[in-house]
Amino acid sequence: MAEPTNGNGSNGNRVRLLERVKAGVKEDVTSLKTDIPAKAKEQVDLLKDPTKTQVYTSIFRHKHDDTPRNRALGVLSNVFLHLHPAKINRDAVRYSYTWGMGGITFYLFIVLTFTGALLMFYYHPTKVQAFRDVLYLEHDVPFGKLLRNMHRWAAHLMVIAVWLHMFRVFLTGSYKKPREFNWNVGVILLVLTLLLSFTGYLLPDDQLGFWAVTVGTNMARATPLLGHEGPFGPQLGMTPYNDIRFGLLGGSIVDANALLRSYIWHCIGIPIVASIFMIVHFWRVRKDGGISGPAPVMLESEVKERR
Amino acid sequence: MDWRQLWEIMSAPDNVPIVGLIPLLIFYIYLAWKQAKANDQLIGELETNPAMAKTHHRKAWPFRPGWQKEVHVWPFLLRMEFLAAIIVTIILMVWSITLNAPMEEPANPNLTMNPAKAPWYFLGLQEMLVYFDPWIAGVVMPTLIIIGLMVIPYIDTNPLGSGYYTWKQRKFSIGTFLFGFIVLWVAMIIIGTFIRGPGWQWFWPGQTWDHNRLIYEVNRDLPDLFGITSNLAKIIFGAIVVGGFYVLGGFLLHAYFRRTNPRDYKRMSLLQYSIMMVFFLTMVGLPIKMLLRLLFHIKYVWITPWFNV
Repeated sequence: MAEPTNGNGSNGNRVRLLERVKAGVKEDVTSLKTDIPAKAKEQVDLLKDPTKTQVYTSIFRHKHDDTPRNRALGVLSNVFLHLHPAKINRDAVRYSYTWGMGGITFYLFIVLTFTGALLMFYYHPTKVQAFRDVLYLEHDVPFGKLLRNMHRWAAHLMVIAVWLHMFRVFLTGSYKKPREFNWNVGVILLVLTLLLSFTGYLLPDDQLGFWAVTVGTNMARATPLLGHEGPFGPQLGMTPYNDIRFGLLGGSIVDANALLRSYIWHCIGIPIVASIFMIVHFWRVRKDGGISGPAPVMLESEVKERR
Repeated sequence: MDWRQLWEIMSAPDNVPIVGLIPLLIFYIYLAWKQAKANDQLIGELETNPAMAKTHHRKAWPFRPGWQKEVHVWPFLLRMEFLAAIIVTIILMVWSITLNAPMEEPANPNLTMNPAKAPWYFLGLQEMLVYFDPWIAGVVMPTLIIIGLMVIPYIDTNPLGSGYYTWKQRKFSIGTFLFGFIVLWVAMIIIGTFIRGPGWQWFWPGQTWDHNRLIYEVNRDLPDLFGITSNLAKIIFGAIVVGGFYVLGGFLLHAYFRRTNPRDYKRMSLLQYSIMMVFFLTMVGLPIKMLLRLLFHIKYVWITPWFNV
C-alpha cells in the first residue's frame, strides 16, 4: 500500500498505473495473437527438416548426403567405426582373400559377451544351485534354452573362426615383416579363446563338463617341476595340496572352489585380458599398414639381400 | 556296420562343430589352393617374361583401367561386415533353435564317464596321451605349440609370399604348417572324437562301442628289446637314442633344407636355424613315436627314475 504523502497526485498515479498495466496486457495479447502463429509456422518449417535442429547437429557432426567427404567422415567421426581407415585398397574387400574370419571372431565375441551377461542373471556358481540354474534356464526362463544354446554354439564357432583366421594369415604370409608382433598377439588371443571356452565347459556342473575339466586339469598334475606327478615335482616338495593343479582348482579335486574359480576366470578374468589384447591386435593391424593384401606378387630375382 | 552308433557319435551335440569343421576346412583349403595356383602361374609368367615384369601386371586379378585404386570403407567394406554379421547371426539362430546344447546328469565324481573326453578342441592333446606321458602331452607339447607358433615370424626369413597365396615360393613353410595344423592337430581331433570309444580304445566308424572289450596288447620298452636291465644303462641308452634322433634328424633336415631352400638357408642366422631345427624335429618326433607304438608296441624309449619318454 502506497504511503499517503502530501495529498495530491497519488490517486492519479494509481490510475496511470492501471492504464499502463491494461495497455501492457493488451499488447501481450496482441503479440500472442501474431507471434505464436508465426513461431508455430517457423517451428513446423524447422521440423520438416529435423537435421537442422540443434539436437540433431549436436549428435551428428556432419551431413549425410552422398559425397566423398561425407563417406569418409561417416567412418572417421564414428567411435565404433574409426578403427577403419576412410579408404582401403579395392582388392582388400575381396572375400576370397580375407575369408572375413577375424571380423567374424570379433562379432562372435560380442555375441558371447551379450548372451553371457544375460546368462549371468540366472546363474549362481555354487555346487547347490549351478546345475538347477541351468535346468531352470532350459525349462522355465523365457527363451532361456535359446540363450544357452546360442552361447554354446557361438563359443564353438568362435574357436573354429579363430583357427581359420590363423590359417588364412599363415597361408598369405601375413605374419611377415612388419606384422611379426601382431601374429604373436594373435597367438595369445588364440590361447585365450581356448581357455575361455574351457573354463565355460565346467559351469553347467554336469557330467560332461565335470569329466572334461577333470581330464583337462589332471594334466596339470604332471607339470614338470610344478606338479606332484610331474618330472622332478616330488623332489621339489610338490604334493596334491600345494602344486599347480591345486592352484588352478582351489582344491585337490574338481569341486565347489573349482566351479567358482572357473566362473570368475570365465566371466571376468579372461574376457578382460582378451579385450586388452584385442585392442592391441586391432590397433596394430592399422599401424602395421592395414590388411596385408592381396599384394602384388614378388619375384625371387627382386629380393634385396641384406648382406 | 552299426549305423546307429555312427549316428550317435556324429550327432552328439558337442561333436557337431567338428563335423562342420571338416567341410569348412575343405572349402577354405580349396579357396586358398585356387588362388595360390593362379598366383603361381602369374609368377611363372613374370619370371620368364622380364618385359611383362616391368608392367604393373602383378596380381592374378589385375587392375582394370578406369577403376579407382581405393574404395571408401563406407559402404564397400562396412556392407560386407554387416552382411557377415547378419549371416553369422542367422546361422547361430538356426543352429540354436534346431540343436540343444548338451546337458548330462549332474556332476558325480563317483561315476566316471567312459570315455571321459576333454572338450573337442583339446582332443588332439588327449589323443597324444596314448603315446606320451601326461607331462609331455599335457604340458610340454601345448607350451611348445604356443612358443613354436610365436617364433614362426622370426625364423621364416623368406621375404616372398607376403600378402598373397602361393605354394611355389613357400613350399617348406606352408608344407610344415599344413602338416602341423591338418595332420597333427585336426586329424588327431577327428580321431579323438570319432574313433576313440570306451577305454579310449580304437573303434572304426560304424563299429559298435563295446564297453567290455579287452585288448591284449603287450607294450615293451625299447631298452628291454636290447636286453638292457640296469637303471643307469637305461638312462644312458635312452639319452643316446633321443639325442641320436635329434642329431641324425638334424643332419637329414640340414641336407634337405640347404639343397631345397638355399636362399633361406643363407639368410638364416645360426639361432634362427637351430630354433627351426629343434621345433621341426620335435614336431616330426610325434608321428615317429606314434608309429613306434602302433607298429612295434614300444611304450618308452628313454626310461629314468624321474621321467619317461
